[in-house]
Amino acid sequence: MARIETQVLIIGGGITGVGLARDLALRGVACLLVEARDICAGASGANHGLLHSGARYVRSDPTAAVECREEGALITSLAPHCIEETGGLFVAVAGDDERHIADFPGLCARCGIEARALDPAEALRLEPVLSERLTAAYEVPDAAVDPFQLALDNLTDAMDHGTQLMLHTRVTGFHCSDRRIREVRLLHAPSGVETQVAAEQVVNAAGAWAREVAALAGVELKLHYSKGSLLITERRLARRVINRLRPAADADILVPGGTVSILGTTSIPIESLDRIVPTVAESEAILEAATAMVPSLAHTRFLRAYAGVRPLVVSGAAAEGRALSRGFALLDHAQDGLDNFVAIVGGKLTTFRLMAEKTADLICARLGVHRPGVTRTTALPSFAMNQWTRAGLSPRRWMEAGNPEDLLLCECEMVPASALEEILAGIRRQGIAANLTAIGRRSRIGKGTCQGAFCGVRLSAHLYDRGELSGRRGLAELRAFLAARWRGLRPVLWDAALLQEELQEALHCGYFGLDLEDGA
Amino acid sequence: MSDCTRITCDLCIVGTGMAGMSAALFAARRGLSTALVGRTGEIIFATGLLDLLGVHPVEEGRTWEDPWAGIAALVRDLPQHPYARLATEAIRSAFDEVLGFLEESGLPYCGRPDRNVAVVTSLGTLKTTYRAPLSCWAGIEAREGRRPCLIADIQGLKGFSARQIAETAGKAWPGLKTARLVLPALQGAGELFPERLARSLELDSHRQTLTEALRPHLEGVQAVGLPAVLGVSRPAAVRAAIEARLGLPVFEIPTMPPGVAGLRLKEAFERGLAGQGVMLFLENRVFRAAGSPAGAFQLEAGRAAPEVTIHANAVILATGRFMGGGLAADRHRVREPLFDLPVHQPGERDEWHRTEFLDPRGHPVNRAGIEVDASFRPLAGLGRAAFPQLFAAGSILAHQDWMRMKCGSGLAMATAWAAVAHAQRLLGRGEPAGA
Repeated sequence: MARIETQVLIIGGGITGVGLARDLALRGVACLLVEARDICAGASGANHGLLHSGARYVRSDPTAAVECREEGALITSLAPHCIEETGGLFVAVAGDDERHIADFPGLCARCGIEARALDPAEALRLEPVLSERLTAAYEVPDAAVDPFQLALDNLTDAMDHGTQLMLHTRVTGFHCSDRRIREVRLLHAPSGVETQVAAEQVVNAAGAWAREVAALAGVELKLHYSKGSLLITERRLARRVINRLRPAADADILVPGGTVSILGTTSIPIESLDRIVPTVAESEAILEAATAMVPSLAHTRFLRAYAGVRPLVVSGAAAEGRALSRGFALLDHAQDGLDNFVAIVGGKLTTFRLMAEKTADLICARLGVHRPGVTRTTALPSFAMNQWTRAGLSPRRWMEAGNPEDLLLCECEMVPASALEEILAGIRRQGIAANLTAIGRRSRIGKGTCQGAFCGVRLSAHLYDRGELSGRRGLAELRAFLAARWRGLRPVLWDAALLQEELQEALHCGYFGLDLEDGA
Repeated sequence: MSDCTRITCDLCIVGTGMAGMSAALFAARRGLSTALVGRTGEIIFATGLLDLLGVHPVEEGRTWEDPWAGIAALVRDLPQHPYARLATEAIRSAFDEVLGFLEESGLPYCGRPDRNVAVVTSLGTLKTTYRAPLSCWAGIEAREGRRPCLIADIQGLKGFSARQIAETAGKAWPGLKTARLVLPALQGAGELFPERLARSLELDSHRQTLTEALRPHLEGVQAVGLPAVLGVSRPAAVRAAIEARLGLPVFEIPTMPPGVAGLRLKEAFERGLAGQGVMLFLENRVFRAAGSPAGAFQLEAGRAAPEVTIHANAVILATGRFMGGGLAADRHRVREPLFDLPVHQPGERDEWHRTEFLDPRGHPVNRAGIEVDASFRPLAGLGRAAFPQLFAAGSILAHQDWMRMKCGSGLAMATAWAAVAHAQRLLGRGEPAGA
């Protein structure tokens, strides 16, 4: 069995794990990052893409609100390429709680968050999709963030500073003795190859899966799971982030994401992480609730839905769902009998840098590394291979270049073969196979109206031509790719999306007979 | 056309997919004055392969070499399937009549008596079908005989990779060579579109460019497979000319729809139906339709707005499913938009689709549709026909899943055949079937 020695083993390739890897790498600490699936496979890739002004938490969690305000401003200045400074609105409609509305400006002021009162008519002029029954509106500095680009740029910068990466690799066991984790056993699922890692410090940044990882080391982590589902509209409905000014509830936020808008969310307590998929019932609940704020949603076409799990830290008094803190917790397992094991759980996408910094401070103190963190002041580089998740980028680039030989592999999102070359460079760097799902995660391929039905075929043909696929592997990949897209499609299949689905099935079952292929 | 244009006919067929086109052919040939109205978008998604029955039961993925035996089993197991309302002879007659017409129209088909055949798709999988265009035939035989062939693709034609086909089909068809042809002379650099490519190959100089590009790759090869772009209007002549140049059999592999195969069917039907005297309202949709219990129908049709009123004694609804517009779904239920006929359907939306796309059982919503009586008349509840002279044919019918059962063309032609026969009987007009 192969053996790796490193200073720090980071478990989890979400935004927290990659942020921590970058923070440590910039301090000169050697890290190995392992991720059971792929970058942003959990909640980091299944959220609104909202860079919080903090206004959303002024009532429920002022500490988190202040953190969001500060961190949001930092990310906007240090990673501007991942941010669209859309601004945000908080709006109330007739019937919403008057006292909640009246308190809002004062609560924002207390947290240092700018909230400018708008005349409802002015809000309606700024965002015509809003209901005409608006009773109050405030403007706040919310923004949109591309979590994939942010995570991939953090990862690439970390790797440029020495971080090692193992994707599709999960922890299968810990060997502990004398209050320390001595070795960690890893399994690379695609190959079945096992590796032993000896690390001075181990950080559990596995998000919702942190409980399972901790349990492998005999540590009980008190986490609650809250599933949240979101819907993506075919077109962008508003320029700004639109929040409903009321106590947190289903479907009270609409966030722009390049060419689309993202509507969410639900909050459903769940026990198991086995099958995290958005449901028809959730899509109905979101639509029922959201039309009061944006009436046209009742007739809007949706591309798909998706779901993520919020890991919520249980602290003290009984609480559940939305009442649990959205803050983060850095848990030192010395109290559980392991002196070189910590967990960083909970938190928000917006506060990932702070979470990483606090964790890195603790780890460095333990390692005797005295260099302070620099992520508060060091700009995040932008890497060409990581930019293709941004909606609207590839059509612009393709049209500017004007090269007719650069064929569009994805016609809905206009992703050309040249963009794929950059994406493949990133995938090779990250040491994984160039399969459809990995390419989809790093680009807009499969995210348009065809949801992979046509571009999946064009992409697999192109990968065979490039020698990236051989034998019958393309069939298994196409099946897996369509299966993954299906989870998001199923809750939105009515009207035009159902028509599109029929076309997909006519092609893949009627003609190709993928339903009869086992992919073997 | 002015807005007061008024047309009178025996039979108005709504829908220009395989079912509507076939129905118009059958009706015109039986002497019924016939109008055909449709948006003409869907048939271009056809692959050109004509299925009868490929798979039953779908949950077992059992494919049938003898489709007639498959139909016998299907009818036994699923007595509500539209095939259960048809005599085997009717299905045969429908197929024969349409295939005869297509042959006369320059689109000859091929197959084995009472046997399905396997066609290699552009993904390299094998598709079971009943009758294939003659242009595919050399490939079907070469694969059966495991003969070494060249599969060539064309740079710029997306979603068609010879290498993918050879790699994927390799087990079933060893010894496939591949080549990528670079043919800038045909269309310039950049993306090639199947239709333009196919039309350009109707010119001999372009065919020469193609065959010269193929020539260096022919050693040890017994046949040559190309994407289905060998001509639109005269595919047999185009292919024959290429074969003559190469001295080898040439076969086509259908491309990802919409492709040339669908276009050929569309052109053949449109030409042929016009020749049979069918009043064609192509690129038209029906905005409103009303029927009286006495049997007269009024349909307002046009491109962007109603332009013509069609008075018909009978109507065949061949509007297809969601793509064709025959069915429409909101968030809560599936409707039939033209006559607001009852639609057999699963309960809540959560039951429409299974949790896995490729669940072998198929999705319940794909068996939703119009239920009919023994004369293929849509039911209005309580087992009664909605209108005495309204018929339905093709994929709009309930209790079938043509995409999983691989029975789309057979279903379209045979139910169209039956609907026309019943219409003719009830109208008491026209000549006897088979005349």
